[in-house]
Amino acid sequence: MNANVRRFEIRVDDSVLGDLGMRLADTRLPPDEGQAGWDAGSSPDYLRELLGHWQTKFDWRAEEENLNRFGHYMTEVDGADIHFIHERGRGPRPLPLILTHGFPDSFTRFLKVIPLLTDPAAHGGDPEDAFDVVVPSLPWCAFSREHRHSGGMFKVNHTWHELMTRILGYRRYAAHGGDWGSTITEQIARSHSASVVGIHLTDVPFWHALKPPGNLDPDEQAYLEQIGHFQQREGAYALIQGSKPQTLSDALNDSPIGLAAWLTEKFQRWSDCDGDIGNCFTMDEMLTNTMVYWVTSSIGGSFAPYYDVMNAGPPRWIAEGVKQALGSDQVPAGFALFPRDLSQPPRAWAQRFFNVQRWSEFPRGGHFAAMEQPDALVADIRAFFRPLRSAVRSTQDQLP
Amino acid sequence: MSALHSTQPFRIGIAQAVLDDLRARLQRTRRARVFRNAGWDAGSDPDYLDELLRYWRDAYDWRAQEAELNRLQHYFARLDDGNLHYVHETGRNANSTPLLLLHGWPDSFLRYRKVIPLLTDMDDEDQPTFDVVVPSLPGFAFTGRLPPAAEIPHIARSARLLHRLMTDVLGYPQFMVAGGDGGSAIAQSMAIQFPDSVIAVHLTDIGWHANADQEALSDIERKFIEAARRRFMEDGAYAAVQASQPRALAAALNDSPGGLASWIVDRFHSWADSPRHLEASFSKDEMLTNITIYWVTQTIQSSIYGYLAETRRPSLTPDDFVERPVGLAFFPKDAMGLPPRRLAERTLNVVHWTEMSSGGHFGAWERPREFAVDLRNFHIALGGLGFTAAHHERERPSL
Repeated sequence: MNANVRRFEIRVDDSVLGDLGMRLADTRLPPDEGQAGWDAGSSPDYLRELLGHWQTKFDWRAEEENLNRFGHYMTEVDGADIHFIHERGRGPRPLPLILTHGFPDSFTRFLKVIPLLTDPAAHGGDPEDAFDVVVPSLPWCAFSREHRHSGGMFKVNHTWHELMTRILGYRRYAAHGGDWGSTITEQIARSHSASVVGIHLTDVPFWHALKPPGNLDPDEQAYLEQIGHFQQREGAYALIQGSKPQTLSDALNDSPIGLAAWLTEKFQRWSDCDGDIGNCFTMDEMLTNTMVYWVTSSIGGSFAPYYDVMNAGPPRWIAEGVKQALGSDQVPAGFALFPRDLSQPPRAWAQRFFNVQRWSEFPRGGHFAAMEQPDALVADIRAFFRPLRSAVRSTQDQLP
Repeated sequence: MSALHSTQPFRIGIAQAVLDDLRARLQRTRRARVFRNAGWDAGSDPDYLDELLRYWRDAYDWRAQEAELNRLQHYFARLDDGNLHYVHETGRNANSTPLLLLHGWPDSFLRYRKVIPLLTDMDDEDQPTFDVVVPSLPGFAFTGRLPPAAEIPHIARSARLLHRLMTDVLGYPQFMVAGGDGGSAIAQSMAIQFPDSVIAVHLTDIGWHANADQEALSDIERKFIEAARRRFMEDGAYAAVQASQPRALAAALNDSPGGLASWIVDRFHSWADSPRHLEASFSKDEMLTNITIYWVTQTIQSSIYGYLAETRRPSLTPDDFVERPVGLAFFPKDAMGLPPRRLAERTLNVVHWTEMSSGGHFGAWERPREFAVDLRNFHIALGGLGFTAAHHERERPSL
């Protein structure tokens, strides 16, 4: 491994936990207003319960130990400290696979799928399907750290390519992502097609809907209307994160319960939980994800991509347009779609922008498929990349 | 005064424990910069907020502000099972006209603090004076949430409660109403629901509801509405969040004084006469007193809940028309800008129109003299038009 890579262990300072404990003890939940439930944001009952759980049952040190069972590393790419998990596959020829998370999740999005992907034989699968798995934290999230100006969203794909090739030494690799992760994964395929054997996504990156073509079929029309409704009904979070990230961060980074409220509300709305968040996520899961943001003060940074996209001026969009025109759309793409995700794109829409080789629609699951339906997602990832492995084999065999 | 309603004098006196807790929180404020050198481009300027929070913690003197506020006559009126807070200052002249002044979000009764003395006692003895009533709106400040808990703050309901305050509790059969922001909408709703009680309405904006697409709009009106929407996309995210996920936001704002300050100051900055010279319009003490009132009364959630309520069940639509005479005073840097007169006339019986030369969203606060003079001129114009208040018995609330 590259000399710039060092082992990393998550170990939050006692003083941070002490401060957190004091804040939790002093929490001022808003006096009740209107009807309860999740109708107007976070459910007050859930928040109260979550707060109690955080104070009396949640054991960060145990969660930390759990997280540290994975191989964590830090490296530097283009002046940014990048945190990533790297787990070697167990099989004859593991395929390198980079998994990219989004908002409001973190690298914890993929914790359930990592062992299934690295060691299929141990989970009733075929060792031929093994992957070398790389799960980086986005440069502004968790233990990654980039002191940045705006515009960084458009560079992540290069950073990931550097990480996979120059730093980890893979010549060709596979990529998977959802939410911002799907946008970044698409950019990797366009900019670095020679190195990417295939990409697997759980949504069609949203930005294609910003400039819809004229010849839409009825299904596509319905899909774009669905996106419009979503934006109107609950797009406010994206609007505030994109226009006033600092203002919102000032509050969320100073109040642990406020941070938990903002994040869990998205998990409740975007998962296939029938209204009860507990059907999809344990409180420990929700708090561990919240803690990743809290102990690293990265909520404000996690808004950066929204700001970047909203504030990208014409030159940036022209550059992205050129990249799309010049970049490759030939990288094989697989889509796994879950019914309670934010939108349900028709295959025809995806085929406008991607070389769609696999299209799977699942009966259950939402935006966080890797957490909600890990087995179904992993089965789809394995099946999609199976026929693409031979291409990697032939090129990697040529390595000295 | 109706025997059914009682009022009692009130003095603001925040428990020391609440102030100590506030200071402790300010001491441990955790802030992180999203970008380097963003200034105000990504929300509240981190440098300015640092300065403001340091001042709040180290120099700001709530007790002095409290004493200053207590020089006004504060009361609670018992309405149903809740207490409605209001300031009541009677005019110098015996025939003073009763005037209800309605604030909006994210300000408070403080919006009118500077105009109260200008309206109760004009320099010129021949000028009309007013009996001024400045409530904390339902959901806000010392009024807070009014029971029943299931009834969320809503413009039409607030209008009904404030009408009861003026008529049943204070014994004014007829009165004028002035308002801006949410106060503008409530004033309009009062005039529509109680045309016999409301002599006239004075507004600093025509209300968001008037900006609806309509078939018959002229190009000028359409352009204004489109510009207002563009501005909303750039600077209106606060309202979008408050209208759809107020609880997700309020959990943090009610727990973090720094976050609350940032959320509110961001609005004052956007809507000031000159954002670059924020403190030329609002001193740190003034802004922090407003913010401290939200903090100590824990009313940020109830104050923003109205956005959701109004989105789901609007109290006013473009089809509602205010028949009572309306005076408009526009401050050029207000959030929506200056609407075309034709658009205002679609929903309002406009009899008085003033375009101020400077000032922003909080006109009565930023330009108190200009605001007071305009109200007085409007009052004089109304007399000329034959609109006068019915005789009322001046009565001070029983103590």
